[in-house]
Amino acid sequence: MKLFLHELRVQQLLFWRNREAAFFTFFLPIIFFLMFGSIYGGDYIKKEHVKGAPFLEAGMIGYGVASTAFAGLAITMVIRRETGVLKRIRSTPLPPATYIAAVLVSTFVTFLIEAALIIGIGSVLFDVAVPDRLLSLLAVLVIGSLAFAALGLALTGAVRSAEGSSAVVNFVYLPMAIVSGTFFSTRSYPQFLRAIADVLPLTYFTKMTRNVMIRNHHIWSELGSLGVVSLWGVIGVVVALRVFRWQPREA
Amino acid sequence: MKAVEVKGLAKSYGDHEALRGVDFSIEVGEVFGLLGPNGAGKTTTVEILEGYRRRDGGTVEVLGIDPAHGNSAWRRRVGVVLQSSSFYPALSVGESLRIFGRYYERPRDADEVAEIVGLSDKRDARVRTLSGGQKRRLDLGLALIGDPELIFLDEPTTGFDPGARRNAWDTIRNLRSLGKTILLTTHYLDEAEQLADRVAVLRRGSIIREGTPAELTGGAVDTEIRFLRDGAKVVEHTREPTRRLNELTAEAIARGEELDELEVLRPTLEDVYLELTAE
Repeated sequence: MKLFLHELRVQQLLFWRNREAAFFTFFLPIIFFLMFGSIYGGDYIKKEHVKGAPFLEAGMIGYGVASTAFAGLAITMVIRRETGVLKRIRSTPLPPATYIAAVLVSTFVTFLIEAALIIGIGSVLFDVAVPDRLLSLLAVLVIGSLAFAALGLALTGAVRSAEGSSAVVNFVYLPMAIVSGTFFSTRSYPQFLRAIADVLPLTYFTKMTRNVMIRNHHIWSELGSLGVVSLWGVIGVVVALRVFRWQPREA
Repeated sequence: MKAVEVKGLAKSYGDHEALRGVDFSIEVGEVFGLLGPNGAGKTTTVEILEGYRRRDGGTVEVLGIDPAHGNSAWRRRVGVVLQSSSFYPALSVGESLRIFGRYYERPRDADEVAEIVGLSDKRDARVRTLSGGQKRRLDLGLALIGDPELIFLDEPTTGFDPGARRNAWDTIRNLRSLGKTILLTTHYLDEAEQLADRVAVLRRGSIIREGTPAELTGGAVDTEIRFLRDGAKVVEHTREPTRRLNELTAEAIARGEELDELEVLRPTLEDVYLELTAE
């Protein structure tokens, strides 16, 4: 436990020290919230029966889980693998499970700070009420970040080099974020995009986050979405266990 | 007591037999040099001993434990310098040493280790700003921070300038005097000659010679005799230097000549090595 807390602090230190990554994964959703919030935050989205600002606020939390837990984690871990940092970690007495647990919890801490900031900004700048169902929201964020972190670790198997990590990961996660309706309502999407959105985990994560935040749903009334996100999470874990490597690719 | 015992170690990558029955052992407190050209199997051997690679055959014991099943308690006793440097670039030298020190039960003092590897004045410098040689020294520092009994050094001075190499050698000699056991791989012969108590020469996955540097340079290789005859350079090679020298000098005395610029050169480890590893 002492080792875990030490490693958690180390992971947080590393995240905030790495300005580029912190900007990309942490601040980008906040900047998008400010941008799009000022563009259509005051509009009424008829198809969703909600104003733009609360709709976007929950959407940016969805975008945030994709950028911190999925994209950011995948890029970080590929770089650490290919530069030999993970290999070095394996030469120390730090148990691998403790290291991975600290990395995952650190990712969640970062995401939680981000979600709190988004909610704070929404409340101050866009007059969005702070959600009532905070425990349900917390549960949704925990499950979502675990599922996307597992998918992020699974994705590291598809990336061969540190140089290629940003390109590959962006190629996967940016279209996913848009198709899943984090910025715009999928109800106004053409049929083929909606068909894609219907299988993506981020669609369901964003949907249940919105229902909990805007419509005061309990987490147990979101079992369908929860099931889809969890199923993707399980797939992520199974694939990650098969493809995750500690050592760089052999030259 | 043996720190490392390797018997019949075999490893293949596909069709390529990287190691074909390697045997050697390292006594506690000994500096053992594993010498060989690139591709001979040095890194494969060391990484099996470090627990990074699985072997296909043979037995390996490192500090009495099969590295394929090395646990945290075992890793506390082993320090590893990999062939390529790897750090968190955003941390400083001091932070790196302290953070990695926390993984061990009884770490050495971070400032003291920075001193040992010659990075005292770089303690607050971010790792990304270090030169190649400084990074290599931090590699060594991170291997020493847990105060290990056994240290693996995979080509620790490759790419160093001569001054930095001398410093690294002093550090390694210093570790030896502290009673550490060291396995050193290198393709620099002078490095093995300078540092190792015993040397094994690896070629194409087999150990072709093993012994102290003096033993290796002792018998098998020709001694070189050089002198001037009628103003022209003569170079002779012989396995019996005493007898040949006697003949040469006797002839010269009989002719009433001087053997100008007479030199008798004992083979260096380099000569042995080149002869042994010649295809």
